[in-house]
Amino acid sequence: MAKNKEVLLDPLFNENPIALQVLGICSALAVTTKMETALVMSLAVIVVLIFSNLAISLIRNFIPPSIRIIVQLTIIASLVIITDQVLKAFVYETAKQLSVFVGLIITNCIVMGRAEAFAMQQGPVKSVIDGIGNGLGYSIVLIFVAFFRELFGSGTLFGVQLLPLATEGGWYTPNGLLVLSPGAFFLIAVFIWIVRAFKPDQIEEE
Amino acid sequence: MEFTPTRTVSFAAIVCFVCSIFVASAAVGLKERQKENATLDRQKKVLDVAGLLNEQMAADANLIKKAYAERIKPVLVNFKDGACTGQDAKVFDQQKWAKDPTTSTDVSGNKAKVQRTPNCAQIFEVKSDSGTGVDTVIFPVEGKGLWSTLYGFIALAPNGVDIKGLTFYKHAETPGLGGEVDNPKWKAQWKGKKAFADGSAVPTLYVKKGKVASNDKYGVDGLSGATLTSNGVTHLLQFWLGDQGFGPYITNNLKGGNNG
Repeated sequence: MAKNKEVLLDPLFNENPIALQVLGICSALAVTTKMETALVMSLAVIVVLIFSNLAISLIRNFIPPSIRIIVQLTIIASLVIITDQVLKAFVYETAKQLSVFVGLIITNCIVMGRAEAFAMQQGPVKSVIDGIGNGLGYSIVLIFVAFFRELFGSGTLFGVQLLPLATEGGWYTPNGLLVLSPGAFFLIAVFIWIVRAFKPDQIEEE
Repeated sequence: MEFTPTRTVSFAAIVCFVCSIFVASAAVGLKERQKENATLDRQKKVLDVAGLLNEQMAADANLIKKAYAERIKPVLVNFKDGACTGQDAKVFDQQKWAKDPTTSTDVSGNKAKVQRTPNCAQIFEVKSDSGTGVDTVIFPVEGKGLWSTLYGFIALAPNGVDIKGLTFYKHAETPGLGGEVDNPKWKAQWKGKKAFADGSAVPTLYVKKGKVASNDKYGVDGLSGATLTSNGVTHLLQFWLGDQGFGPYITNNLKGGNNG
């Protein structure tokens, strides 16, 4: 039995859902042009993960195996819709920028992956911790990518201009590639590279 | 535990029921707040394009509401004779009119890719500081960019020719490229440009590919890396200020009209 601490910390680097399992990268591409959107998206995913793991873990013994995936999806989809509504009611500006991507948390493989692989077998406390851990693992990558994309793609962080742009009389010419989705691919690859350089056991065998 | 078909079906029904209660209560419970946010956001954008928005105001919902109530007057414009009769300008929903075939006109085939125009449209008159006369007239515009429909406002001086500002309040163009339509530096270029050539009813304002000459009265710099969004902005502005849009209203009421 894994200890609670391992359940929480393993998904950060040892078993990072994006870096090791390469799950959920679609949204990592879409919402990481700015730190602010990346942060709100991370919070949304953490919240959804916690509650979906909790709910599924609580009823795990009653879920008929033949319809378990549908039940998981129903719960996840409901949580995502509620999250979306809350964002629209309280952080309207950011919710507008995230637009459809909050809704797409439903299709984020991490959420369903954790429900199926963890919450279906473990108790509620461990499942919540697992949700937090995996949510944080996802957030680390998102914020790493968003940091470089916003800083070098637009010369800003959280909307504050740090590198004065050449178009506005400064010296910095922004890297347009970073603003586009391929830029995020490269950064995620670099992240995976760094993680695997320190943890060689994550490298897949040929 | 035994999972008979009856158990499975009733389990599914219970899960659906519980989930739907949560979703429904979230949607209903938060609806008012969301609606208020959307209204506030729109009022903010109207004030912004009118040049009345300052930083202090942007952070305070009450200041926005106050300034909007004091300075902005919604006015309805007929696209079809008599279509606006009996409508209240304050609560008019132009998007709804544009969608409903009985209250809109098919205009498909234009470059802005606008499908239907409402028979009655909402514009905003900005009262001048002293409270007499009109400072600015704001027209809603919309049209296709690269990925999305851009929704925005253009502000004209009461002579119907001089541009006072342009802003978009809703779009989903690529951040950093087409999304630069939100860049204050780019938006500021519109100020002082002219929408029409002297005496002409055909709008000539446009977004150029690349840099505009310093003596260009009608054009602004293109958004680099976003040619399609730039073209979209040109098309939608020319459409809405043209004869299928607000062109006739501008000619009859602003240019040489009551407001001189």
